[in-house]
Amino acid sequence: MFIKQLSIFVENKHGRLEAIIDALGKNGVNISALSIADTTDFGILRLIVDDTEKAKKTLNDIGVIAKVTDVIAVYIDDRTGGLASVLKVVSDGGVSIEYMYAFLGRTEGKALMVLKADDEAKAEKILTENGIKLAAPNEI
Amino acid sequence: MAMWQHEIETMPREELNKLQSERLIWQVKRMYENVELFRRRMDEKGLKPEDIKGVEDLHKLPFSYKQDLRDYYPYGLFAVPMSDIRRVHASSGTTGKQIVVGYTDNDLEAWADCFARMLIATGNDANSFVQVSYGLGLFTGGFGAHDGAVRIGATAIPISAGNTQRQIQTMIDFGATVLCCTPSYAMYLGETIEEMGLKDKLKLKAGIFGAEPWTEEMRAQIEDKLGLKAYDIYGLSEIMGPGVSYECECQAGMHVCEDHFIPEIIDPDTGEVLPEGAQGELVFTTITKEGFPLIRYRTRDICSLNYEVCECGRTHVRMNKPQGRTDDMLIIRGVNVFPSQIEEVLLKVGGGITPNYQIVVDRENNTDTFRVDVEMTEELLSDGVKGIEKVEKQITESLRSTLGIGPKVCLVNPKSITRSEGKAKRVIDNRKLK
Repeated sequence: MFIKQLSIFVENKHGRLEAIIDALGKNGVNISALSIADTTDFGILRLIVDDTEKAKKTLNDIGVIAKVTDVIAVYIDDRTGGLASVLKVVSDGGVSIEYMYAFLGRTEGKALMVLKADDEAKAEKILTENGIKLAAPNEI
Repeated sequence: MAMWQHEIETMPREELNKLQSERLIWQVKRMYENVELFRRRMDEKGLKPEDIKGVEDLHKLPFSYKQDLRDYYPYGLFAVPMSDIRRVHASSGTTGKQIVVGYTDNDLEAWADCFARMLIATGNDANSFVQVSYGLGLFTGGFGAHDGAVRIGATAIPISAGNTQRQIQTMIDFGATVLCCTPSYAMYLGETIEEMGLKDKLKLKAGIFGAEPWTEEMRAQIEDKLGLKAYDIYGLSEIMGPGVSYECECQAGMHVCEDHFIPEIIDPDTGEVLPEGAQGELVFTTITKEGFPLIRYRTRDICSLNYEVCECGRTHVRMNKPQGRTDDMLIIRGVNVFPSQIEEVLLKVGGGITPNYQIVVDRENNTDTFRVDVEMTEELLSDGVKGIEKVEKQITESLRSTLGIGPKVCLVNPKSITRSEGKAKRVIDNRKLK
């Protein structure tokens, strides 16, 4: 089960991030999760939002490029070693992680981890086979 | 004053015109016989070689263009069998493809003579040590200077371009008395030498700087930092290489080696020859060149000509420093760059779509900076940093291999490049060179 993530190109200029987040807010887009990867010249803002299509259109309207990619959101027990047990499954299954970021979901006692693997289909398969619960789009 | 070929360099105008006429007639005849493109253009104009009776008929002849070199790449415009071509050189053309020029033994002799004239005119002789810091390779700069140095019996130091520390070490240890390189590199060498506190170890007396635009202000700075007298040289591979024209000790314009090249100034729009002293596009006809001759070649450089006899005694016409271009060619760190080359590379990288782009050229610490801003497109975007950096690197590397000079590539927001009348301005040149 995949969820949609928006990857947004952010030029490294003062006020760019604010402009993007502000436009989304004004157009009624709710952000559930966020991470930023930065380099010297630019950043990539990754968002999980409630309405991906609307968010993408809003951004295009203000001249910002966004791309939709599929990622996996994994439920993780909110306890010591919770994340480690999930990563072990992934790594034992021969899948590598390109990036990931965590956020708090709506389920008590669980955290959510957004995960982008080099092989998304395989990652989904091995996680499910090992009884690890993946979040559905409507659960985020 | 010292001259390399006194008789030719001081030849009275009337005699010079006679010599040029003889050589022009010879050249037109042999090119008509040996160069298909030239013959066709003559035929189209209804001209026969015998219609050209001297320099007064030069204006009747058809123009030739840089595009011709591309269309007939690599050897299609050579006027002798390849067995008579002793060397080829190349430079960047208007698009990805480079242009190729070829020289016979006589052509190389003539070229060495032209450069030798400049070396002598700038106070050099057999006791000089000529450090050639132009690139020795397909670029004409290095070999032109080298052959000139050898011709006057001086000691050539063919170090080629790059490696500043080694340049300075060599200059000092080998006792270089004259330096040949681009003015911006001379400035950089000067600054480095100043920082290292080595100026008093230098033996330099003269510098021969060309292949890119420079200012009088830069000249003064280079002279101060390197403790030499800086001279301007002009040339282009299509015509020969460095030494087509050069400054003498009077530094009042650059003498065109008129026994080999006839310059004209034309109106770039109408092609009409302009009156003496007017500013316009510089056109050259090579009247002795055997291997790769050109008739009325459009240089796209804008300048004017002064036919007054120079104080040095040389009669050869003087051109002033080119004041600009009639096309969009940029000269960045001595390398010719056309926006169309960049467009072609981006088209390939963008998967058939050319992303909007802008070239930004500036000069920091007297060295050209070269940046290409490319507007981000959805095709170029990926969700990982690595992916985008890969695109950036791919663009940089493709540009470097096409242009021979690597720009800094910056991916920018879409529509962030300013457009005027809907069209993006392709080139921002912030260098002040007037």
